Amino acid sequence: MEEQKPQAADLENKLNSNPEGKTPSPFAAALQREHPEWVAHEVEALGETTIIVPREYIVAACHFLKTEPGLNFNFLSDVCGFDRGPEEEPRFEVNYHLFSTTRFHRLRLKVLLNEDDAHVPTVTGVWRTANWHERETFDLFGVVFDEHPDLRRILLPDDWQGHALRKDFPLRGYEPYSLE
Amino acid sequence: MSHVQSPRSKAADIGHWTLDLGLLEMSSVANIPPQFEVVDRPLDTQMTISMGPQHPSTHGVLRLELVLDGEMVVKATPDIGYLHTGMEKLFEYRKYQQGIVITDRMDYLNPLGNNLAYVMAVEKLLELEIPERAQTIRVLTCEMQRIASHLVWLGTHALDIGAMTVFFYAFREREKILNLIEAASGGRLTPSYFRIGGLMMDIPAGFERRVQQFLDEFPKAVKEFHTLVSGNRIFQKRTQGVGVITAEDAIDWGLSGPSLRGSGVALDIRRANPYCGYENYDFEIPTEPDCDVWARYMVRMREMLESHKIVIQALARLKPGPVKADAPKIVLPDREAMKTHMDALIHHFLIVAEGFDVPAGEVYMPIEASKGELGVYVQSTGGPKPARVHFRGPSFVNLSALPHMSHGAMVADIVAIIGSLDIVLGEIDR
Repeated sequence: MEEQKPQAADLENKLNSNPEGKTPSPFAAALQREHPEWVAHEVEALGETTIIVPREYIVAACHFLKTEPGLNFNFLSDVCGFDRGPEEEPRFEVNYHLFSTTRFHRLRLKVLLNEDDAHVPTVTGVWRTANWHERETFDLFGVVFDEHPDLRRILLPDDWQGHALRKDFPLRGYEPYSLE
Repeated sequence: MSHVQSPRSKAADIGHWTLDLGLLEMSSVANIPPQFEVVDRPLDTQMTISMGPQHPSTHGVLRLELVLDGEMVVKATPDIGYLHTGMEKLFEYRKYQQGIVITDRMDYLNPLGNNLAYVMAVEKLLELEIPERAQTIRVLTCEMQRIASHLVWLGTHALDIGAMTVFFYAFREREKILNLIEAASGGRLTPSYFRIGGLMMDIPAGFERRVQQFLDEFPKAVKEFHTLVSGNRIFQKRTQGVGVITAEDAIDWGLSGPSLRGSGVALDIRRANPYCGYENYDFEIPTEPDCDVWARYMVRMREMLESHKIVIQALARLKPGPVKADAPKIVLPDREAMKTHMDALIHHFLIVAEGFDVPAGEVYMPIEASKGELGVYVQSTGGPKPARVHFRGPSFVNLSALPHMSHGAMVADIVAIIGSLDIVLGEIDR
């Protein structure tokens, strides 16, 4: 416990000084200090921080970011998928947009997934709001969120074939949808 | 006598078995053993009914699957997607500037907010500087749009609960705002007024005077709404203590905007992550501590007056100047310049025919829309069309908390709770 408190204060100083440019963001530094493998890559661009997290650590990293006093990312703004295209490997991205209602800072976490193994653990255990966001990503991209409590299609009908926001899904679909 | 604690024992708390419990209480007060056995057993007729999608108080085409025990809601499961038109897919097949008209059709009660979030996301990718006058007009029109959006909410929310008159008064005021927006942009419901790099065009002559006239009349109208609704005993009974969600749960469920502020959390993106120069405006963030439908009602009522304050300040700030950024390869030239200058004509042709390249990158642009945090995620891989556009609609997230808020409520309360969340299905289904 004695070690943790100076760490939190240190982190706070870094957050207040708001370093821009080449130095790693305080969020990435905090994640790396907690567990070196949580940060696979870090991008600072256009005033936003993106941290690429290996899939197996996403729940632990989210939990840490939410509960760490200096970070306090208690609000999950958004989860959305992205398809880089069928020829790309890894093909899918899942972006988590985190926000803190007390410190007002934002952070994007990114998980990269291969097409043949598009599974990622759910973060509904960390923020309950992830439920519908993950259902939407599953519906439109076919990314499976393991251990999700209610992983059903949300926008498209249950018997819909394919995943509409994938790049290889045609804009007008394959055939007119019929309710029969 | 046995009083079995069943999983749905909340029914007893809420008064489903009022008669039985009432007898029990009376007899225990008088110290007389009860003459009737108190039974708290689930009805054999637990029933699932479908509310919507064409139910008038579901604000569009929302279907709720309600599991009912008598009149008490055991479980409410929203079923959405009836309005899904694949807008996010459509963005990927359109140039950046063509995406603006799609945003109008998402939250159709707050189209300028959607325009703003989208163009600001693209402007952030392009690292464009927007002139001061354009920023001020954006704030001015967006705040008027927020009032208009809240007026629709007020009218329909009161209508759902049974107060019909308010609707006409609210829509009378809204009409004045829509006329102003039409004067500026040419569109009442789908203005597409903001363009990447500024505005479509400057506000017309005499606009300030008409806004001023609206501003002078509006506080009186709010007073009218209060006399119509706030003092109404029926409205109070229908809303107080209904649909309670604590601040902690509200944050966990991702509630934002007035729905979150009704739980006592003073969070407003205009303050937390200012944009468009909101840090220079003086306004308050109204919050209410009660966490119920009534609290969310009061927050929106107070918020309309805060927006009124911002419009007054924006009007005072309007200084002559350009309303488009100085970026000839991105912003369309003036009509006159196009007809008289060779380079303007070339730029016009290239922007319309080929679009403009946006450097690769990704942004998430959150704004405070009338219903909460509207976030736009745009990813570019270069070229004139976006690779991905995603809208984090506040209605989508706020609706996902409905099952949590409606547990143990009466069927009639569901209508009040949906109204208090102020959802728009166009934004939920996209």
